[in-house]
Amino acid sequence: MDTTARGSPSPQDLPIEGDADVVRVRQAMRTFAIAARLGLVEQTKAVTAASELARNTLVHGGGGEATIELVSDGRRRGVRATFVDTGAGIPDVDQALTEGWSTGTGLGLGLSGSRRLVDAFDIDTAPGKGTRVCITKWAR
Amino acid sequence: MDRVPVLKLGDVLLVSIQTDLEDVVALALQADLSDRIVATGARGVVVDISALEIVDSFIGRVFADLAATARVLDAETVVVGMRPAVAITLVDLGLSLGGVRTALNVEKGLKILRQDLGLPMAEDLEAITSASNPLAG
Repeated sequence: MDTTARGSPSPQDLPIEGDADVVRVRQAMRTFAIAARLGLVEQTKAVTAASELARNTLVHGGGGEATIELVSDGRRRGVRATFVDTGAGIPDVDQALTEGWSTGTGLGLGLSGSRRLVDAFDIDTAPGKGTRVCITKWAR
Repeated sequence: MDRVPVLKLGDVLLVSIQTDLEDVVALALQADLSDRIVATGARGVVVDISALEIVDSFIGRVFADLAATARVLDAETVVVGMRPAVAITLVDLGLSLGGVRTALNVEKGLKILRQDLGLPMAEDLEAITSASNPLAG
């Protein structure tokens, strides 16, 4: 992994084309969360949210890419992960974010659950336009 | 594909998950475990997840399915060793693992199974291990 002189990892792009890639996203998210000095519980929440979203990208988006990066708002550091696919998109985002709502293959916790685990959650999707989800978790 | 080993300790099967679980490996474990329960007639299953750094909704569902399947095959499952940060995250995620028995560690998991099922098991894990493995000790 590239690092700057201050030891901060550069943003990392990861393909999501198979099960093993979901594991790689988890591992990269952990590395960045540690670099952002998140506590253990915060790290675990960030990695779990990334795992849910990476699987969504794979299963519902037909594969795509994750970008993981360190962010700072001047006072604190955090980790940000963006998941992009060019799949079918989500017709009804509000419904997809409802706990327990599922396409039938899971528990319906992927989107709603991962949103609860992070500090910021942005989703941009439309039918036929793919899906982009961006999450941020700050160090306390 | 990596496979998670399933060890037989008397009437109990012990599964110790030591690597970050790919979805396909988790599903294979569920199938392997069902086969081993039938083949060995095991009455209990202990799944040690102390090495797992996260449990997401997929892995959590595999544990719930695995426990439900084992129950249909007349075996009780106890998931042991969950890290505190994993437990906190699971509850936040909305997954309470209802229907899955848990214990803090392997020793306590075995004790629960022994009490619930009245299994004729030795008092401690060491005795079971050496008894079931002629190469030990």
